[in-house]
Amino acid sequence: MKVERRCKILEKTVLADGAVSMTLEVGDMVRTSFKNPGQFVHVKCGEGLLLRRPISVCTCGEGDPSDLVRIVFEARGEGTAWLAARPAGHPVDVLGLLGNGFPMKKDGRYLLVGGGIGVPPMLGCAQFAGVKPTAILGFRSKEKVMLLDEFADVCEKVLPATDDGSFGYHGFVDALVRQELAENKEYDAVLACGPKPMLRNVAKAAEEFGVPCLVSMEERMGCGVGACLVCACDMADGSRKHVCKDGPVFDAKEVDWNA
Amino acid sequence: MPNQVDMTVNLAGMVMKNPVCVASGTYGFGREYGQFYDLSEIGGICAKGLTLHRREGNPAPRIAETPMGILNSVGLQNPGVDAFIEHELPYLRQFDVKVIANISGNTPEEYGIMCEKLAEAGVDMIEVNISCPNVKAGGLAYGTRPELAAEVTREAKAHAGPVPVMVKLSPNVTDITDIAKAVADAGADALSLINTLRGMRIDVNTNRPVLKMNTGGLSGPAVLPVAVRMVWEVAQAVNLPILGMGGVSKGEDAAQLMLAGATAVAVGTAMFADPFAPIAVRDGLADIAQRKGLTAVAQLTGAVQPW
Repeated sequence: MKVERRCKILEKTVLADGAVSMTLEVGDMVRTSFKNPGQFVHVKCGEGLLLRRPISVCTCGEGDPSDLVRIVFEARGEGTAWLAARPAGHPVDVLGLLGNGFPMKKDGRYLLVGGGIGVPPMLGCAQFAGVKPTAILGFRSKEKVMLLDEFADVCEKVLPATDDGSFGYHGFVDALVRQELAENKEYDAVLACGPKPMLRNVAKAAEEFGVPCLVSMEERMGCGVGACLVCACDMADGSRKHVCKDGPVFDAKEVDWNA
Repeated sequence: MPNQVDMTVNLAGMVMKNPVCVASGTYGFGREYGQFYDLSEIGGICAKGLTLHRREGNPAPRIAETPMGILNSVGLQNPGVDAFIEHELPYLRQFDVKVIANISGNTPEEYGIMCEKLAEAGVDMIEVNISCPNVKAGGLAYGTRPELAAEVTREAKAHAGPVPVMVKLSPNVTDITDIAKAVADAGADALSLINTLRGMRIDVNTNRPVLKMNTGGLSGPAVLPVAVRMVWEVAQAVNLPILGMGGVSKGEDAAQLMLAGATAVAVGTAMFADPFAPIAVRDGLADIAQRKGLTAVAQLTGAVQPW
């Protein structure tokens, strides 16, 4: 992990209702700190805000002279609104790559599940996978749907769903997870990122089929590196781990879903 | 031109190569920030607060951002004093940096037991936390009642052997000098202040407090003027060296605390935005001392000229 104080915004696009994609020049950050897909960066958002904002890496790659990290985020509050308003060419201060991500094997067969703003990091997983994965992608409505073409390029199959039925399957992703796991017994693991209720339901579906499930958790964060201990995640054994350093990806069986 | 200012300071017999420490609870046991730079760059590390037994702390969310500040409600999550001595102290000892263990107890006896263990293990100083706002038992209660603060101080001193005892004071009191005097009379070697100020933030969309514990401790630049004022008051009331902290994020902030009477300073919340903040504070402080024509940074301590 390292601090790159002046990461140039190489490219900025609006993907869907409120979702912004930014590609950042991050020096040698990927070369020096990439572990797995699903890590995150901690971005300084303006001068008046004391806390950085943790944002999942969508995709990243080594480059010459600079490595590239692509992030996709929603402008939800003051900090992310500041970031979303930064034009291409401007610099941002980035701390990364942080966390452990999804420990993927090159020959693993994966079912990727993303919900809402949890969809983008699954694209990095899809690109990393040696065997083309299946992706189940949930959105609130048609206006929020994003990245489908890019998933289609690297996936065997892409199954979109919307909560209101305005696009793709009408309903939540865990129903599609059950359907897919019932039809296809080859999966080594389910990898999921999204809101906690979604993760809980996906974890339950995976458990029903006896398939390992890894989930990427979210929590309000301070330092991002494991020193301040604010981003606590309740574990099934009664302990509390930390999303930034121990996670953000956990084995679904370790997590206390009732907390 | 290289900086010629002597940066060493002596905090109750503990000589640090520069006056910049990191505040307890913001730096873990140093391992994380040790990946960014050599920990020997800083003067002292106030390690994450320890209790006699392991604690898992409070449920999340434990942090909320506020205007120029943050609220936290971690609740002293830590592996316990024995695990610190076995696993963390050897790591910290690799560096040329003073190690200050921070302890919290549920009873005065627990403070004594921890002091004995830490003195035997060999830390450079023990910071006695009588002011954590985030735990129900002990914690803040010891820090707001002079007779209890004195009792805890006596117990710590009785068991710390040759290791200096620094008592960390709460700002959540009517008159901080009452506690400072009681602790000084009970034998404390140094004082650190301020701990966080109790605060609250409410999400107006959900009508819920942002913190799961409802309230928490405020830190960051917002509290700096409170820290400066309290250090100034305490420095006049008692004859003990002071480790000043509260909202320090640049050299000028550190200089203010020293002018008010602090011998050394600690950086905390600023690290969350910039892991290198303690080094920037140290360098900024050296620049200020040099600009003022001082030969030693220690000359700043107490040099305020009040109207």
